[in-house]
Amino acid sequence: MKKISVFDIIGPIMIGPSSSHTAGALRISLIAYKIFKGKINEVKFTLFGSFAKTYKGHGTDRALLGGIMGFDTDDDRIRNSFEVADNNNLKYSFVEGETTPEMHPNTVRIDILGEDSSMSLVGESIGGGSVLVRQINGIDVKFTGEYTTIMVQQIDKPGVVAHITKVLSENNINIAFMSLFRESLGEKAFTMLEIDEKVSEGILLKLKEHEYIIDTFLISI
Amino acid sequence: MKFNNGKELLDLCKDDLMISDIMIKLEMNNYDKKEDEVITQMHKSYIIMKNAVHKSLTEDIKSMGGLIGGEAKKLLRQIENKKNISGLTTSKAMAYAMGVLEVNASMGLIVAAPTAGSCGIIPGVLTAIQEAHEFTDEEMTKALFTAAGVGMIVTMNATVAGAEGGCQAETGSAAAMASAAVCELMGGTPKQCLDAAAICMKNIMGLICDPIAGLVEAPCQKRNAIGATNALISAEMTLAGIDSIIPFDEVVESMYKVGRSMPVELRETALGGVAATATGCNLCSKIYN
Repeated sequence: MKKISVFDIIGPIMIGPSSSHTAGALRISLIAYKIFKGKINEVKFTLFGSFAKTYKGHGTDRALLGGIMGFDTDDDRIRNSFEVADNNNLKYSFVEGETTPEMHPNTVRIDILGEDSSMSLVGESIGGGSVLVRQINGIDVKFTGEYTTIMVQQIDKPGVVAHITKVLSENNINIAFMSLFRESLGEKAFTMLEIDEKVSEGILLKLKEHEYIIDTFLISI
Repeated sequence: MKFNNGKELLDLCKDDLMISDIMIKLEMNNYDKKEDEVITQMHKSYIIMKNAVHKSLTEDIKSMGGLIGGEAKKLLRQIENKKNISGLTTSKAMAYAMGVLEVNASMGLIVAAPTAGSCGIIPGVLTAIQEAHEFTDEEMTKALFTAAGVGMIVTMNATVAGAEGGCQAETGSAAAMASAAVCELMGGTPKQCLDAAAICMKNIMGLICDPIAGLVEAPCQKRNAIGATNALISAEMTLAGIDSIIPFDEVVESMYKVGRSMPVELRETALGGVAATATGCNLCSKIYN
């Protein structure tokens, strides 16, 4: 378990009103923003559970939109994120989804449309501003974004993970948590690596030097 | 160096070390940081707290849900007209605490302490105490570490989340943290600080979380006011030499048990308490339709 910091207790510094419905919601879409590298033209937020019921009063909608534009949880622009999005010609919509009993009460699905690519991400705001990403492009994943996270998109073939760990070990990077998720045998897969220290973008290029690695992402919040 | 509860924290406070000294050292050790880094980071939080107080007293604020806004200004006017009845420090603490909740509910910048729903209590109490006793910002920053120590014990052994433990866990913890901070500022011993925290938590034990329309507005804002006054009266008791009959660790344990035995309707779901009254339900439908 991560040690508790005095700044977890006196903190986070955030735009109100709610750590789960505002700050947490923003962190989910900020993670989506960081994974989706290109320019975003259109975004649709599907809200479930308590998010769907109370999003207007908590400013969950403004926070989600702020995150997708790269704002952090303490950014004064969150309050005016509709106006900022309009000025940047970013199209956005919020819809209430069909909530199922097994869903976390604060769940959002984000569908992003860019110039020539798209992405979907499902995340949960689990309390105190902490979040869990549960799905990316239909593939089930599980990571928090609290650690520096490297996400590798690959073809599910032997040798890919060995390459990843070799690159990290050569660069003296310690892995805190590592998990592997795949669509089905031999198809697309994700490797999620949560690490203790900050890393440079350069490591991503080194990871890419493998025939079965499609893309790499660095998520550092 | 580590502690798991209040007793172990007190054991670390030897040779005239205060709770704040231990917390600063702990943060330095755990995260490999220098003392001035840790203190600068906390000082930033204190400035944001004071700015939130100031904003509520000088700007017109309306909350997202429309249930609160302008209360801090009304209370300040009362003080300026010398019509306040609670004594200057208490009147200010409640005004400031309510003001910070207005800033929070209108999507302004706050420091969750320990949560957003209870973010008014520590700034309210500390700003009022600073004005009354002319403490420096450095002294106030140090007191925030004391508050963090108390909050950490609650987080490790119980919860500070209203959804888990009701309002007692949320504003109760904030008040306990503020009370310990005031106690240390006013020259209390580490034991007196934890006794103040214990008294605070006992005073509101069983308080449910019943936000109207599920929003962090009402009754949250007024409960931040009572949290602020609770912090002041509890610190005053221990500074006068009155002990907490039940030690802090046992109070925390019992608060957690009480929280877990609350039905889900009374834990932030807006299905019970004042949220479920006829007026509460009417306000809820007005906000969402």
